[in-house]
Amino acid sequence: MSAAPLTPVLSRGWDHERSWTLDAYGDYAALRSALRQDPDEVIATVKDSGLRGRGGAGFPTGMKWGFIPQDPTQPGGDKPHYLVVNADESEPGTCKDIPLMMANPHVLVEGVAITCHAIRAKKAFIYVRGEVLHVIRRLQAAVEEAYAAGFLGADVFGSGIDVDVVVHAGAGAYICGEETALLDSLEGRRGQPRLRPPFPAVAGLYAAPTVINNVESIASVPCIVERGADWFASMGTEKSKGMTIYSLSGHVKQPGQYEAPLGITLRELLDMSGGMRDGSELKFWTPGGSSTPLLTAEHLDVPLDYEGVAGAGSMLGTKALQLFDQTTSVVRCVLRWTEFYKHESCGKCTPCREGTWWLVQTLERLEAGKGQEGDIELLLDQCDNILGRAFCALGDGATSPITSAIEHFRDEFEAGMHTPAWDLFPYEGSTAWAKPATDAAKGATA
Amino acid sequence: MSGLDSARVRDDLQAIIARYPQKRSALLPMLHLVQSVEGRVTPEAIELCAELLDLSAADVNGVATFYTMYKRRDVGDYHVGVCTNTLCAVMGGDAIFSRLREHLGVGNDERTADGKVTLEHIECNAACDYAPVMTVNWEFFDNQTPDSAVELVDDLRAGKTREATRGAQITTWREAERVLAGFPDGRADEGPSAGDASLAGLRLAQQHGWKAPGEEGLDSQARSTSDQPPVERAEAGDGSAEAAVAQADTQRAESETKIDDSTTPPAQREDAEEAE
Ligand SMILES: Cc1cc2nc3c(=O)[nH]c(=O)nc-3n(C[C@H](O)[C@H](O)[C@H](O)COP(=O)(O)O)c2cc1C
Ligand code: SF4
Ligand code: FES
Repeated sequence: MSAAPLTPVLSRGWDHERSWTLDAYGDYAALRSALRQDPDEVIATVKDSGLRGRGGAGFPTGMKWGFIPQDPTQPGGDKPHYLVVNADESEPGTCKDIPLMMANPHVLVEGVAITCHAIRAKKAFIYVRGEVLHVIRRLQAAVEEAYAAGFLGADVFGSGIDVDVVVHAGAGAYICGEETALLDSLEGRRGQPRLRPPFPAVAGLYAAPTVINNVESIASVPCIVERGADWFASMGTEKSKGMTIYSLSGHVKQPGQYEAPLGITLRELLDMSGGMRDGSELKFWTPGGSSTPLLTAEHLDVPLDYEGVAGAGSMLGTKALQLFDQTTSVVRCVLRWTEFYKHESCGKCTPCREGTWWLVQTLERLEAGKGQEGDIELLLDQCDNILGRAFCALGDGATSPITSAIEHFRDEFEAGMHTPAWDLFPYEGSTAWAKPATDAAKGATA
Repeated sequence: MSGLDSARVRDDLQAIIARYPQKRSALLPMLHLVQSVEGRVTPEAIELCAELLDLSAADVNGVATFYTMYKRRDVGDYHVGVCTNTLCAVMGGDAIFSRLREHLGVGNDERTADGKVTLEHIECNAACDYAPVMTVNWEFFDNQTPDSAVELVDDLRAGKTREATRGAQITTWREAERVLAGFPDGRADEGPSAGDASLAGLRLAQQHGWKAPGEEGLDSQARSTSDQPPVERAEAGDGSAEAAVAQADTQRAESETKIDDSTTPPAQREDAEEAE
């Protein structure tokens, strides 16, 4: 196992002068060596590395690639193949792909070219959320540079292989991060999830075999090809291999991106990064975005890998560690997240479309201290009606913050029957510019 | 405004269509492009996109109303976003938003009297490590306060040049929309590689000499490590893959359930049904 607690691989060049340019990045050596291999060999390497999808679900990447039908007589086998990179990054708290593409778009573009070779696709799309103008500029420029250098386009490196890449900007809709909604959106439609099966590997974009992967998953491919599956698998834990980017945000001294082997704990991350801000105590946190159940200070030593976090009753998700201290009202937070899900519900299925609306009604009362007898049971009941009955994982995710918050902080919901959250936790006291949260300071702002 | 009739716009729209194997895929970037010409999505723009893609105007309208970045009303030169998703809200985004509303005298998604600024509260913009976060024409303004936010919008309205924290010099909203349509503006080289928070882990690793396996002997500036032998071996067990399949989210959709329509539908998302 690797000895170093932090292992910058993807983030390694981020501080280099003009890191986003081809000059700073290098010569696509990994692509060159991948093109000398048979596509199946590349897939086998990625399988052996143990790389699992970094977009939240943790599906083994090499296995996903292996689902693409290669036999022309299989269903979908006679159609062109596509690669779609999911660069929609919109799960609340998640902020790793955007800095990666800003600082080092070429590692993604090189990963795209290698993956196209592996899955025998000639065309790839990078679907990037529209609200990140400068990241889109950097991606456009990187693709342009790669074409000019002959790393994309026709007959890459004289291999006879063609790879075309289109950078496609979305237009503001969280649901388009869900892979089948993303495909509909990329086809010029409203972004609404599709019924599965058929799975995208068989009938994805334009009903053709399609691989959809997260930015960080694809960006991890060049180093695996270059240094080998064993090297990658030497980092991480038994079932969660490799290094990954953890994002710290909230009431901490040093928020930011920390690239470490899978399995590091929040305590370790806090210890090395200076801990909570002055006067702060950790109250609750999300391990992987707002759709993953909240954890508390009790869970500081949970290994942040797929199994460890699942064992604690949550999910590793996107490794978006949002930390909130004792000044924060959990009811306020849960309401705000629920408003988000309500706003972003695509409207396709009733449990989510209507359920999120009802949840907001109930939570608004509780935030305002006007909760009614039985509101907590009502919330749990409403969640029960959504979980497992929604058409896609957005609906399930919407229930996570609520049920976990009630589990850990039921008394705060009880207090919502009579006292507004802003009286219990003056909102000014949680801000970035608040003085250290002493009792005196709390009283002064109340 | 008949900007849409110009030959350049027609050429640009055709260039977008040519990027895709099937032309309907061009619709989102086309709508970004018409916004860059018209300042919003106009009925004429909808007709034009429909005509070029062999769709009905209702189809195009249904798409345009689904996505929050497409605007029915003139945005003005500057779209100012304040993240009020939970983390930013708690860290001060709510305070910033209410201060700006007061200062500018507008509500959410409204434009100032001088026509220059549209204020909108936005969802998590993938910059939570810089909370509270704002955007101007979808460029990042990190670590804001109510005072810095007021100064920012005042500068914009006074025509002063501003640069994004991690990004370029602020252009107009229409120019930004043109880039989103896939027409670069040559500003990719402006601005830094990364902000401080993005580099927090990297700097810590550099201070302590922490490196990935096989890089121990390497100088941190050299990227290519192809000559490094892989270090310790570890088995990538097949069992891991099976376990992962079991929990992957691709399975969730399979458990799609019958939907009970008995409750009264609150029409909380007006565009949930296909708009005429
Ligand atoms: C509501 C919702 C939003 C999602 N948003 C994203 C996203 O922004 N980026 C992403 O990579 N995956 C997102 N996902 C997960 C994708 O559906 C999919 O699992 C992922 O892109 C697969 O890539 P991976 O295997 O490389 O992780 C989202 C899922 C759901 C249900
Ligand atoms: S769960 Fe929500 S987002 Fe998913 S399909 Fe149903 S309404 Fe749409
Ligand atoms: S919550 Fe504001 S950028 Fe993520």
